[in-house]
This record gives sequence, C-alpha cells and structure tokens, in this order.
Amino acid sequence: MSAPAAVEFRNVSFRIGSHQILDNLNLALTSGETVVLLGRSGSGKTTALKMVNGLVFPTSGEVLVDGRATTSWDLIALRRSIGYVIQEVGLFPHFTVGENVGLVPRLEGWPPERVGNRSRELLAQVGLDPLQFLDRRPRQLSGGQRQRVGVARALAADPRLLLFDEPFGALDPVTRVELQDQFLALRNQLHKTSLFVTHDVREALRLGTRIALLDRGRLEILATPEEFLRSREPQTRAFLAVLDLGAQTIADESE
Amino acid sequence: MNRPGLAQDILSLTGEHFVLVLISMGLAIAIGLPLGVLLTRKPLFKGWVLGFANVMQTVPSLALFGFLIPIPLIGGIGKRTAIVALILYALLPLLRNTLVGILGVDPAVRESAVAMGMTPRQLLWQVELPLAAPTILAGVRVATVTTIGTATIAAAIGGGGLGVFIFRGIASVDTTQILAGAVPAAALALLSDGGLGWIEKRFSVA
Repeated sequence: MSAPAAVEFRNVSFRIGSHQILDNLNLALTSGETVVLLGRSGSGKTTALKMVNGLVFPTSGEVLVDGRATTSWDLIALRRSIGYVIQEVGLFPHFTVGENVGLVPRLEGWPPERVGNRSRELLAQVGLDPLQFLDRRPRQLSGGQRQRVGVARALAADPRLLLFDEPFGALDPVTRVELQDQFLALRNQLHKTSLFVTHDVREALRLGTRIALLDRGRLEILATPEEFLRSREPQTRAFLAVLDLGAQTIADESE
Repeated sequence: MNRPGLAQDILSLTGEHFVLVLISMGLAIAIGLPLGVLLTRKPLFKGWVLGFANVMQTVPSLALFGFLIPIPLIGGIGKRTAIVALILYALLPLLRNTLVGILGVDPAVRESAVAMGMTPRQLLWQVELPLAAPTILAGVRVATVTTIGTATIAAAIGGGGLGVFIFRGIASVDTTQILAGAVPAAALALLSDGGLGWIEKRFSVA
C-alpha cells in the first residue's frame, strides 16, 4: 500500500446552473512534484485550484488532501497548512511586510519572537533584505517585490503544499523570469508539492514536473514537459504554436 | 439686558446640547455599526433595512419628533423622545458607510485572508474593519454634524439644548436669542467635524 497522493482529484465535476466548469477531472499529485494546470481563460483551472484549499467544493466527486476529502477537513486547519499565492497578491495593505509574512504563524499562535525570526528568514529566502523591507507597507513595493512577499507569506507556516494561481501573470517579462528562477530555487531547496495555474506555456514548461492541459473543464493531456513538447495532439500544438511563433520571429529577424 | 445671565444660559444649554448629541450618537453607533456588519453577512435584509433608514431620513425632522410623541415607551415629551428621533436620523449614514466600507475591501485581500485560514471573526476584526475604518468614520462624522444641527429641534418637544434659544428667539422676534442658539451649535458642529476628520485621517492606510 503506497502513501496517499498529496492531492487527488477523484471524478471531480463542477457546474454552475447548466454551465459545466469542470468535467470529471481525475488527477493525482505525488509528494514533491509541481503540476502545472495549463489552459485558456475559462478552462476551469482556477476552480480546480480553489478546490484544494476548500474555497470551492465539487458538485460531484471529491478532492483529497493527504488522503482525506476536503469536505471532511477542518477548513481553517486545512487552509493554514496550504500556501496560497494569487496574481493580485492580496497583501494586507494595513499590515507591514513583516506582519503580512508572519500572518499564518501569528494565527497559529506562535510566540512573537519566533514569528519575527521566521519573517526575516523568509524575506531573505525570497531575495528581499529583511532590514530594508520588514517595516515597509505593501504599497511602497514594486509589483515584483510584492509578489516575493506573497510567496514568503505562503511559505511562512511551512505548509504541506503550495497553490499558485497565475502568480507572475501581472509582472513584466524580466521580473517574471526572475521570479520563476526564484521559484525553481525554492523548490530545489524545500521540495514542496505545488499546484500551479498558468495560461503561459513557457512558464508551464519551465516550472512543471508535469503539465495538465485543461480545456473546457476536461483534462486533455497529462504529460512531462518533454512529452508535452513532442506531443502531436492538436491541443498541445495550439499552445506550442506560441513558441513556434517566437522562434519564427527570431528566424525572420536573423535572415 | 442681563449679559452674565445669557452667558450662563449659553454655557449650560450648550452642555445639554452636547450631552444630547453624545448619547444619541453613542446609541446610534452601537446600533448602526453592528447592524451594518450584519447586513454584509445577510444581504437578504439589506434592501429592507436601508429602505427603512432611507425613509427615516426623508421624514421632515420636525414631523418626526411630532410623530414619536404619541408612541408608548419611546414617545412622550422630553429628552427620551428626542434621542430616539436623533438616532433614527443618524442611522442611515452609519449603516450605509459601514456597508460600503466593508463591501469595498479588495476581493483579492478578502480571498487571501480566507485562504490563509482566518476565521470569519478574524477576517472581520483584523481585515475588514481596519480597512473599512476610514469610510465608517466618515459616516460617523457626517452623522454627528447632522445630529448637532437636528438636535436644535429637540427643544420643540421639550428635549432642551440650544434649540431652546432658537425657538424662544423666533417666538419673541429676538435675533440675539436666535444667534445665542445658532452660533454655539455651528461652533460645536465645526469642532466635531474637525476632530473626527483628524481621527479619520489617522486611520487611513499610510
């Protein structure tokens, strides 16, 4: 008997009225891997992500975290054990950077000194000088810095897994690559199981250990980045065409 | 003309006026803020409660004081009736600003708070209320300034306050008396407005 999957979607469907948002999704994440949910807007990827920390519940089927359905978890405890990073960051504007990062540890009742130490340690880990940033307010930060704080906040209470909802989507391309590098470095260091939503195929190929391609609520392809690149399926080709276009432009320019 | 007597009267009626406003606003806040928070949780009743507060606001103030007199328990002649009327007047800005303030919290911030594992109570006290504070305080400020003005009508039903001067002045066509009521009332309103404005600014996110 093997250990239960870190996260498992079991026959998960979700509908609002007659609108089918997820259609019989089956997907299991093993411990330590990064699965990227890739899809266009409206493919249901964000809905799937929000089912893991119980912000949304399936209309049929179930989502299991560490072998237990989200419906039978104490939701507060579940959410505190899962890091969550979203595109809008959602930092608390009335808290300092330090207070933002230390939020979950504080909710969990850690002593203030330990919260402080943890916040400093995490800021350093995401590449922000604690001395310089701890007492700043979110509005005094750039978009990239804010998202780094968002990542630090998600890591604060040493969560069992991490959820990312297009975290780097609103950043300029250079900052985006910097944060992707940061993500990879952190993953090599911490080995956290992650579920990562994006519509950017480059990001999916860079960050995913596996890529799950969603289309209109259905899981169309589940593949490693290498398999994904080789795939001849029309669905994958449509996404990879973006890369071809890039290569084409470069070829054109060098002619 | 006995000037020292007038000064004495101004002082004591201003005090009475201030206490009237203080009690009314205290109670109005004690009712309005929790009710406003409740309405953000139970949007079903939002239309009804806001509608009620809206109607109260449109009733001419003199008539509202009059309507309350025959009602048992809260009615009659005197301060109690005046306070009830003033509370009804203050309710709308308090309710509306509490609602607007809380519902105006950035959805991404609210979602983060929930996803971080905040309980509904923590979400309210640590995120929603602090972020809504400037808007709520703006409501308190508007309500206070209006109440200071409206409270002058309390004198018509025996509620006392600076309105006593004004009504007496109108009855005896005595401008001095009217001014003795109006000027302290205006000063009180300006001071409260300034003070509450200062507090409001302190609560805004830096």
